[in-house]
Amino acid sequence: MQVGFSPVADDLYREIILDHYRHPRHRGRVDPADAVVEADNPLCGDQIDLSVRFDGDQLAEIAFDGTGCSISQAACSMLCDAVSGRSREQALDVAQRFRAMLVEDGSPNDLGDLEALQGVRAYPVRVKCATLPCNALLQALDPGEDAQ
Amino acid sequence: MTSLDVATATLDVAAVRADFPLLQRRVNGHPLVYLDSAATSQKPQQVLDAVDNYYRLHNANVHRGVHTIGNEATDIFEGARTRVARFIDAPAEGLVLLRNTTEALNLVASSYARELLSPGDRIVLTEMEHHSNLVPWQLAAERAGLELAFLRVNDDGTLDLSGLDELLAPPTKLVSLSHQSNVLGTVVPLRAVIDAAHERDVLVCVDAAQSVPHMPVSVRDLDCDFLAFSGHKMCAPMGAGVLWARPELLQRMPPFLGGGSMILRVSLEKSTWSTVPHKFEAGTPDVGAAAGLAAACDYFDAIGMDRVHAHEQQLTSHLLSLLEEMDGIDVYGPHDMSARGGAVSFNVTDVHAHDVGTILDRQGVAVRAGHHCCQPLMKRLGVAATARASVYLYNTHEEIDALGDALAEVRRIFR
Ligand SMILES: Cc1ncc(COP(=O)(O)O)c(C=O)c1O
Repeated sequence: MQVGFSPVADDLYREIILDHYRHPRHRGRVDPADAVVEADNPLCGDQIDLSVRFDGDQLAEIAFDGTGCSISQAACSMLCDAVSGRSREQALDVAQRFRAMLVEDGSPNDLGDLEALQGVRAYPVRVKCATLPCNALLQALDPGEDAQ
Repeated sequence: MTSLDVATATLDVAAVRADFPLLQRRVNGHPLVYLDSAATSQKPQQVLDAVDNYYRLHNANVHRGVHTIGNEATDIFEGARTRVARFIDAPAEGLVLLRNTTEALNLVASSYARELLSPGDRIVLTEMEHHSNLVPWQLAAERAGLELAFLRVNDDGTLDLSGLDELLAPPTKLVSLSHQSNVLGTVVPLRAVIDAAHERDVLVCVDAAQSVPHMPVSVRDLDCDFLAFSGHKMCAPMGAGVLWARPELLQRMPPFLGGGSMILRVSLEKSTWSTVPHKFEAGTPDVGAAAGLAAACDYFDAIGMDRVHAHEQQLTSHLLSLLEEMDGIDVYGPHDMSARGGAVSFNVTDVHAHDVGTILDRQGVAVRAGHHCCQPLMKRLGVAATARASVYLYNTHEEIDALGDALAEVRRIFR
């Protein structure tokens, strides 16, 4: 085995992802919450609860709870970071651009830490791990949204 | 060699590996280390040739023509039935050729439990069943008003049989359990369970998906009532699975699927059924896969299932000590080799099984990661998922060491 060179660490397990996995931001539950969305990835057994509280149009508080792999947990942490305090419209825009980056080959722009998850695209079975919080957020923002 | 030498001689793994084309592959720049045979096994050239030979020279529909090729195809299919029956030491008239274990268990749950049991009757399962030995019984229970009860799993991964006597009392009619757990590797003391059940006139259905491929199994010795397994886990093609059932039970059970091949006489209003086991084989079967399954039986008998089992036990013991010596790895399931086989589940502390699986795959090591179709067992173990390495006749001790190196990389990335 080669030492000191690890393609999987370079293209998937970037340090920033591992950092969010080890030290998740926004972990817990917003109480009282305006919406709590449960999302499951039956393939992996990832399960998260995303809870949000709005202050007028502003996403005042957001938190996630649950279990899952490093990719889904880091994605939760990063996404919560990216949308916390934003307006509904801004949060929706972040979630949609993040999803586009993962499933539609969209080029990442202005997504902050979330851009580190680009490498997941090369691992098709893991894309669902990364989009799990995204689908939950879209549902929380618009309960009519059909989380795919 | 005398027969004693044959029985004690170790397996020539290099020769075995040469029979399996897929094992020559490289994956992500590394030689493939295939440790996922509990999900499905690889196929030797001998099996591939049998399938190929069937389609090149003998392909026609079975049981329905008078032409020569049709008769050859029928002979191959019926020959597979007797060959497989001999492999598991069972009377061939009880051997139904289906697609897989799941279909076989659904057949028993539908045509036996749902049709022949009465509301209030009880079926006993265990906490460590594969979903395919759980969900069909749930469906039958719901439709026929049956009750389900469960044997529990001990902390060491063995089956808790302390409640068995009580659970076998009326209204229990059937016990269905796996011979070897696909998650924990636990081998159940089946003969004792079957004897206790028969004393109370309770029937026993065995999910042998993880035992027939890995150890000598004799239906006559076990004295079970139903036994199900899949060809694809024992070096045969996907598409050939087996239900063996006592012929007198098959006689009493109504058909599972209706259609061609399973009838005796059909009018617009009503039909009568063909004899067993044909009554349960509606429609055109997968003759090519059946030919492959017969070839797999030949392959294993030439090597000897005793020897396959002994080789797997050595690999498993190596694998267990390797995992136990590494820091931060939890191994699930019995450590006593007499109580287990070659499916080993583990987790790396603070690392999700899917991350483990992905990092191992990048190093050419194929393991399964997830709930292994055993969500209730995951709950019992208190984990969301496990990684599972499973060995087979073609695996080597060097491959076990390669898994160890690849796991060291997991620890390095997630340090
Ligand atoms: C113990 C056990 N039972 C049943 C099955 C189902 O087998 P199949 O998918 O071939 O029907 C499996 C295979 O995953 C298994 O390991």
